[in-house]
Amino acid sequence: MEVSLSFLVGALMAVGVYLMLRPHLIQFLVGFVVLGNAANLLIFTAGRLGSQFPPLVQPNGVVLEPYANPLPQALVLTAIVIGFALAAFGIVLFFRAQEALSTLSAEAIPETLEPAPAPSPVDEVRWEGERP
Amino acid sequence: MSWILVLPLLVPLTTGILCLVVAHRPAQRLLGLAGALGLLVAAVALLVQIHQQGIQAVQIGNWLAPFGITFVADHLSALMVLATGVVAVAVALYALNEGDLPREGQGYYALVHLLLFGVNGAFLTGDLFNLYVWFEVLLLASFVLMILGGGQAQLAGGVKYFAVSLLSSILFLAALGLLYGATGALNLADLATRVGAVNPGLLSALAMLFLAAFGLKAAVFPFMFWLPASYPAPPVMISALFAGLLTKVGVYALIRVFTLLFIQDVGFTHNLLLWVAGLTLSLGVLMALAQGELRRLLSFQLVSHIGYMLMGLGILTPLALAGSVFYALNHMIVIAALFLLAGLLQRLQGTTVLVRMGGLYRAYPWLAVLFLLPAFSLAGLPPFSGFWAKFTLAAAGLEAGQYVIVGVALLVGLLTLLSMGLVFAEAFWKNAPQAVDASPGWGGLVLPVALLALLTLGIGLWAEPLLSLSLAAARELLEPAGYIRAVLGVSR
Repeated sequence: MEVSLSFLVGALMAVGVYLMLRPHLIQFLVGFVVLGNAANLLIFTAGRLGSQFPPLVQPNGVVLEPYANPLPQALVLTAIVIGFALAAFGIVLFFRAQEALSTLSAEAIPETLEPAPAPSPVDEVRWEGERP
Repeated sequence: MSWILVLPLLVPLTTGILCLVVAHRPAQRLLGLAGALGLLVAAVALLVQIHQQGIQAVQIGNWLAPFGITFVADHLSALMVLATGVVAVAVALYALNEGDLPREGQGYYALVHLLLFGVNGAFLTGDLFNLYVWFEVLLLASFVLMILGGGQAQLAGGVKYFAVSLLSSILFLAALGLLYGATGALNLADLATRVGAVNPGLLSALAMLFLAAFGLKAAVFPFMFWLPASYPAPPVMISALFAGLLTKVGVYALIRVFTLLFIQDVGFTHNLLLWVAGLTLSLGVLMALAQGELRRLLSFQLVSHIGYMLMGLGILTPLALAGSVFYALNHMIVIAALFLLAGLLQRLQGTTVLVRMGGLYRAYPWLAVLFLLPAFSLAGLPPFSGFWAKFTLAAAGLEAGQYVIVGVALLVGLLTLLSMGLVFAEAFWKNAPQAVDASPGWGGLVLPVALLALLTLGIGLWAEPLLSLSLAAARELLEPAGYIRAVLGVSR
């Protein structure tokens, strides 16, 4: 089990890195998702599958035999949620970048752009939702 | 249970939530400033408590140490939180006077305080997985801040920043998983007691994974090129905050894991850190010399000076580590001052491209003084705080016989002075290429810059307290027994 999962993690890592190195930003994002899953499986595999290391200990020192270590699963769950949030943000970010820069090719995004101009303190600019 | 330990988290969190709820502009501004001041007060209280009673740990919900959520504050954490408070107050003052209404309306204050929440969480957590979560908290806030307001430059910078941060997060997560597999622990203190049993080769490999993950965040060689491509893009009230805080979180994480966990094979790991430090220092400053735009130039200077903090970590003597800590604190103040000043100059001249600037010395001689205070401090001239930071590092390096890195460090100091001198010649001495009217309302922006500049001068003239605090931090770092005892209890 662990050996086959290790190979799977390796393969997913390779695919993820390859996709992240592609110039197109959507490919990059897919690569991130794949790499994220690889990292999650890695935690799962490294965190000792099966019930050899049960963490639930009763007060008299007797371990609860049939339970597997739940910590790696909790870690993976947290990481999945965070990865999901990052991917969602990434999709919106790349959508806006496509609108503003009219490209999604990493090579076409300019190295330097004149930074944002200093804001002029004009009071006509209203806040969103603010009534005139 | 010491609640003072979680105050630096609760204050920004409360402020951030209030700023989200209260959509009233003056109230938000007031909250932004009050939250930053509150954070500063909480940080001072924390430092006083740590200094008097030693390392403090809190187990949230009273779950015992290796199982629960642990917050630990030693001198290093408390000092970093304090510097965060100082930068937060300066940036809040700047933002108040900047009057960037569109960005304020899109939730600038709430995001800043959520960012501070994440930064302080990273400084105070005692658990490696929680560190990952805190990194994500601060990263998400910083992503939004980076592109707040939109615009081509910000989105282009935001894409690069986002991409690199994702990579660093995944590396961190993978390294974390493998370390957990090897030790069965995630609590930093618990890990410190168990890493000795791990195969040294495996541990060195894990150390390299952590070096890559945190190095990407700290922007050290060879992972530094994203920073100058993204930090200059957002307005100064955002990039000054990033410059002051975010890379230091990476540096803090490096210091933490390379003093607590990866100290088995110092000949390999810490020598490598010295190489990284030397290359970061020299490449950063050389590229800074080639820049023609002030914020990009400062970004490369920021990268370059991260090398000093790694240098102390690589030498790993009490004095050297104290130098690293002192340098990090000093650098947070100085680089934030310089970034804020760049914004002020942009208000005055309409640009930060050096060729198009000029004549500032004639028009505002006192402003030249205000520039020279942090600039000299960055270069390490006496009597500024930067001098003592570099002096400590150089003295520690000579003591330890690391002559090459000391030579590089001193040479980089000289080149920094040259680079700052070039800025001075271009922006201040040269005649203005064309007359530009200063955009009105810039007067208030002087205040935060002046506060930070006077602070670096003040620390320089009265360096003893901060230096002794840094030494205390270094001693705690080099003798992790106290840290472990504070977290796991006396019995272990």
